[in-house]
Amino acid sequence: MADLTNTETIRPGWFSTLANPTTFMRLSGKVLPWLAVATLVLFAVGLTGAFLAPPDYQQGETVRIMFIHVPSAWLAMMSYTIIAISSAGYLIWRHPLADVSAKAAAPIGATFTLVALITGSLWGKPMWGAYWVWDARLTSVLILFFLYLGLIALRQAIDEPGRAGRAAAILALIGAVNIPIIKYSVNWWNTLHQPASVIRADGPTIHSSLLWPLLVMAIAFTLLFVVLHFKAMRAEILRRRCDALIARHVRGDAARAGTEEAANA
Amino acid sequence: MNAFLALLTRDLTLALRQGSAIGTALGFYLIAVSIIPLGLGPDLALLSRIAPGILWISFLLSAVLSVDALFQEDRDDGSLDALAIGPLPSELIAASKSLAHWLTTCVPLIVVTPLAGLLLNMELNAVPKLLATLAVGTLGISFVAGAGAALTLGLRRGALLLPLLILPLFAPFLIFGVGALSGAAGAFSQSILLLGALSLFSVAAMPFAAALALRLSLE
Amino acid sequence: MPVSSLAALKLACQRGGRIVVPALSFKVEAGRALILRGPNGAGKTTLLRTIAGYLPADSGRVIVSDDKGEGTGEGHFHYIGHTNGIKPRLSVIENVSFWQRFYSGADDADAAENALDAFALLDLAEYRAGHLSQGQARRLGLARLLASKRSVWLLDEPSVSLDAASTRRLETAIRHHLAQGGIALVSTHLDLALGDAATVLELQHGRAFAA
Repeated sequence: MADLTNTETIRPGWFSTLANPTTFMRLSGKVLPWLAVATLVLFAVGLTGAFLAPPDYQQGETVRIMFIHVPSAWLAMMSYTIIAISSAGYLIWRHPLADVSAKAAAPIGATFTLVALITGSLWGKPMWGAYWVWDARLTSVLILFFLYLGLIALRQAIDEPGRAGRAAAILALIGAVNIPIIKYSVNWWNTLHQPASVIRADGPTIHSSLLWPLLVMAIAFTLLFVVLHFKAMRAEILRRRCDALIARHVRGDAARAGTEEAANA
Repeated sequence: MNAFLALLTRDLTLALRQGSAIGTALGFYLIAVSIIPLGLGPDLALLSRIAPGILWISFLLSAVLSVDALFQEDRDDGSLDALAIGPLPSELIAASKSLAHWLTTCVPLIVVTPLAGLLLNMELNAVPKLLATLAVGTLGISFVAGAGAALTLGLRRGALLLPLLILPLFAPFLIFGVGALSGAAGAFSQSILLLGALSLFSVAAMPFAAALALRLSLE
Repeated sequence: MPVSSLAALKLACQRGGRIVVPALSFKVEAGRALILRGPNGAGKTTLLRTIAGYLPADSGRVIVSDDKGEGTGEGHFHYIGHTNGIKPRLSVIENVSFWQRFYSGADDADAAENALDAFALLDLAEYRAGHLSQGQARRLGLARLLASKRSVWLLDEPSVSLDAASTRRLETAIRHHLAQGGIALVSTHLDLALGDAATVLELQHGRAFAA
């Protein structure tokens, strides 16, 4: 009968140990202050570089919006990638921490996407003479923003956390396979946009005095994302533990050891 | 395969007997097409130019609004329980339902599209091309919409949530569908191929997502 | 019938992350029925839906032994819940024929008619199911059990809205099913006359015992 009890226990291994919510709480608690300090330092360095850089000969001072816009757009994609990987992890292994990760990343990703849209639109006004010109890249980001909104709305529409997590995970994966298609179709639709200018096979085309602050800002934004994501995951884990404790208190029943595990989860 | 056909024929029979579902989708499509000139003004040259876009967008909205009920009745009356433990994998149940949606909603909409095109002063020689894009593209639309309907099955405000979830996924269909009629050299053959690939991909992939969502809805 | 037994091994059933039925073990041999009793909320529906495979078990498992070995029982179950799974716009015979075709993959008009006959619906065969009374609709829902052969019947309050005569017909159908080597798990408030073939399992909140 020993095999019967195995179904819900976590197999030992480095991944499972790391992915255990309690271990995650302990480790992330230790790492977070250092990450936060590193983020602040990088932002200080990156912003200094951004303001000391010479104005662009074509775009003038507005080029500085790039230091916010480009990292935000990069994080908009990275957040969705993290959500998609977490969602796959949750659907395949039913690991609760993967669901916590997907849930926590969605609003953060949506915010970075919105920042990318707003800065892109502000950047576009002096360049194109209009706040919104249906540029292919901005349009793709706009559709990505709607995918985020859908994910958040679907999760909110379902009360039961386990079901909400799985439904959102299914939708996230549908979105993930569609993003390249959407991107391709939007490019096809509108080929009147700037060529990608940071990373190209023949090397960067933007001036190096702009490039290094941009790279520092990209790393700073990425660290900011990690800090926010960890923080949000910790909050979510604590919230689920509270919910489990309250539920147990309300039901006045201590004989449900399994429930706490499932809800912690 | 017989179980698949049994389910498909049952759904087609039900749609024909009910009738009102098909009629409502048709009515919605025509009113959506008709109300746009009221907003834009009766400039025939303008309408003629944007007719493919108007027809495709109205088509997509009609498809989204009609798909909401795709699994709802089966869930409410217990049929979905019985279907789920039958011999047909959930993926094929979802595929059968999506195919039924295409046959009972999209095909009638395609049939009235020439009439809607007349309202918009569409050039007659563009009509067969438009019908071709719709015939190729909307099959995929029904399968994407089927997955969305399975995800929102039984949710409060599901009808409002569904368009938010799936309209972004319709963007490529819309782009290639309307792009086919842009008149650019080679645009038609290229975009109809892309549209076909997109439809095939949706037909192959979406039932898996829909099946996961259907099983979730039975819990 | 190929199924020789259905067993639950330390089966704990959950709904919405909440454990409703704690580790429960039982075994039902071919030709026998298990009657589930207990107050509302004791977990009868959750237990039946877990066995049917709709709900994932919290722990433990369901083992159905057939001629190919042990499995989860997929493909062996008929499940009738609180709803009947019938379409008001289809006629009575179309409803039962659909399920017959869907489950067995081939047309068998006799099986469909016999199923209706067993629940005294043959006279109404050509009427739309939407015209049926509640009791008649329940019988039509139950006719699905007979329209295609499956070894394990999971019946959740099957006798609801049935009159005395119809309940007798249900008992006859179950007894016949058991006599052919089938298995039935039935949750019910009523006494079903199944004789020696039935064992009763009382579910109380959080506990279960044989009665």
